[in-house]
Amino acid sequence: MEISALIKKTAAETRSPEDTALVWPNLVYIELISILLATAVLLFLSLVSPAPLEELASADTTPNPTKAPWYFLGLQELLVYFDPWLAGVVLPSMIIVGLIVIPYVDPNPNGKGYYTFSERKFSVLGFTFGLALWYILIVIGVWFRGLDWSWYWPWSDSSIHMSVTAVKLVDLELIIQNMFGLSADPVMTLGRYAPTVSNIITVLLFLGYYAVGFTIPFLLLRNFFNQLGMIRYNLVMFFFLSMCGVPLKMFLRLIFNIKYLLVTPWFKI
Amino acid sequence: MKEIIAKIVKLITDNQVYRSVFRHGFPTTDANRALVMFSNVILHLHPVRVRRGALKIRFTWCLGGLTFFFFIMLAITGVFLMFYYVPDTRRAYNDIKDLGTVIYFGSLFRNMHRWAAHAMVLSVWMHMTRVFLTGSYKPPREFNWVVGVLLLVLTLVLSWTGYLLPWDQLALWAVTVGSKMAEATPLLGNAGPFGQEIGMTPANDVRFVLLGGTVVGQSALLRFYVLHCLGLPLVSAVLMAVHFWRIRKDGFSGPL
Repeated sequence: MEISALIKKTAAETRSPEDTALVWPNLVYIELISILLATAVLLFLSLVSPAPLEELASADTTPNPTKAPWYFLGLQELLVYFDPWLAGVVLPSMIIVGLIVIPYVDPNPNGKGYYTFSERKFSVLGFTFGLALWYILIVIGVWFRGLDWSWYWPWSDSSIHMSVTAVKLVDLELIIQNMFGLSADPVMTLGRYAPTVSNIITVLLFLGYYAVGFTIPFLLLRNFFNQLGMIRYNLVMFFFLSMCGVPLKMFLRLIFNIKYLLVTPWFKI
Repeated sequence: MKEIIAKIVKLITDNQVYRSVFRHGFPTTDANRALVMFSNVILHLHPVRVRRGALKIRFTWCLGGLTFFFFIMLAITGVFLMFYYVPDTRRAYNDIKDLGTVIYFGSLFRNMHRWAAHAMVLSVWMHMTRVFLTGSYKPPREFNWVVGVLLLVLTLVLSWTGYLLPWDQLALWAVTVGSKMAEATPLLGNAGPFGQEIGMTPANDVRFVLLGGTVVGQSALLRFYVLHCLGLPLVSAVLMAVHFWRIRKDGFSGPL
């Protein structure tokens, strides 16, 4: 954009003096009052709920459960469903990058400077969905996880271990292998990777999730695609589908006891 | 009565010392209210006038300002705590104990520091949510959103590095959980995908860099202390300067 156009744009957004108010006293007083209130709340909380201090750190005794700080408990809760490289590194990185690209993949000029749902349904719904997922996982991690990271209701006795349920987690490729009576022998060898037929099917299913996810809106919601354009569409769909994939995997794990959807010698998903 | 007050005001303001500090009269006239903003470096974060829509509490919920306030609060209480704390695994725990037992206002400052940290994490999340819901990241403010996301990450890392410093069981194991994750970083961690293929071991991977060792020990405590008290606050301050400068130049996105 030309510099002159940029200046013009900024000038267009500034209004006449009648639409504006002096910062002193209008804004400065609001800030002062909110700061005083916040200080009062902090003082009150500090007096009624002091900072905890447990026993001296010791590498010899591992507490059960071992919990991260509350703001990371959503990620720790994901460890139930994903390996650490996903739950602790790749997914948080994708959240950060996904947040960063938001302004660049949202070409909708409406809804700037006011609360609206009707003018930007997809972005508000998508963001709220991710936010809800984040907070729900934190609430579970903080209040519903106890010894051995088992599920504890608020009224459960948190000092007694939950009886270990005899749930056996199975990889998706084994389910496919048994269901269709496929051979357990590898069909080829690529270094350490010796996939069976069912393993290749899981790879195709995994890629198929993204392929179908990218294709359906392209075919059925062409307007959505045209508004975004090729690059923005692909970025949006990649992050959106990955975000939806997280609760999907959790669902498969909880309902069908599936441990991994995709197994390779290097990583498992 | 009015005359006496006017006399006192004149006595205070009409001299060389006062005028050398304040270059404006009391902000009772529009001219002086504008001059306050021009001549005070802290208030200069604000423009002289804002659009009425931006003043609505139900638009901003004061969340960005409160986040900044919590940061200031953390800096003040943090400096106080630094006087009484040595990042030595043989001392750290006792220093924190002393804060709660023998140092005047020690536990108050520690509690305030902790609650302000929790409050800052929460307010920065809520600020981001507000900015999203009002579409305030839209042009021309895209880059400021990016800076904001980086500040959010910094807030979390700052909070997490501070978590280790009391050197109690809670601290040690919470950080152990976190650093286990670093070990699983693809390529850069010894337990991560393709980590061992490119020669990562517990003694040279990204977790080793983070902890300065293979376990959470003295090196980790010192690293976290330096990052918590110096490195990360400095980076945050620089990014905050950019964040505020940008919003000052672009103005609030609020309606009229």
